[in-house]
Amino acid sequence: MIGIALWISFFLVAMAIVLNAYRLLVGPSLPDRIIALDTMYVNSIALIILYTIWLSTRVYFEGALLIAMLGFISTVAVCKYLLRGDIIE
Amino acid sequence: MAWLDKAWVDTVLEALTAFFLIAGALITFISSFGMVHLRDFYLRMHGPAKATTLGVGLILVACMLYFVLIERTFHIQLLLVTIFLLITAPISAHLLAKVALHQKLPSDTSTTGAPSELREEDVGQEPDTPHPEDPGSSQRP
Repeated sequence: MIGIALWISFFLVAMAIVLNAYRLLVGPSLPDRIIALDTMYVNSIALIILYTIWLSTRVYFEGALLIAMLGFISTVAVCKYLLRGDIIE
Repeated sequence: MAWLDKAWVDTVLEALTAFFLIAGALITFISSFGMVHLRDFYLRMHGPAKATTLGVGLILVACMLYFVLIERTFHIQLLLVTIFLLITAPISAHLLAKVALHQKLPSDTSTTGAPSELREEDVGQEPDTPHPEDPGSSQRP
């Protein structure tokens, strides 16, 4: 039961990342591209967690935590740069 | 925890894991589909800001249940990732909305209302009070 659910989840999350890549490449404005990247790293966390379930190992938990923190910080840095023209004033 | 050794616990845990996996992946896919399909930036921001966090949170809950199923251990790192995503997603959405208002992105024609609590400079206009090192900036057309 978990095996079938895992394959369906892999497919759906991979399709979500493909849709994010479309918005990242096409997106008419700069905030569109930023939010596409933001969603892409959150979806990549989901993909890493699915891979963890598939391998039945817990090696990649810290990787997921690191991606969450670095992605948030980079999103805030780019937004701050677009808002103020500077990151640390 | 003796009740964990009963036979029906495995079945229930497996069913719950599969349910959370499917639900999380489906919600994640729907939010990304909304980000492609909707019309302007302010509408597109709803998916990543709310639904993606819920979907990834459900997948993390499924992973926790899976490790309870196979190892009878409870991993707190996954709960940390969930809490971190729940804290940071509104902040990045707020900052992105401020960036969009600052760049004066076009909104859909059926959009009504305007952000009333923001200052002039937050929506891309010149500020009311001049900058102390540049007194002539408020007189610019």
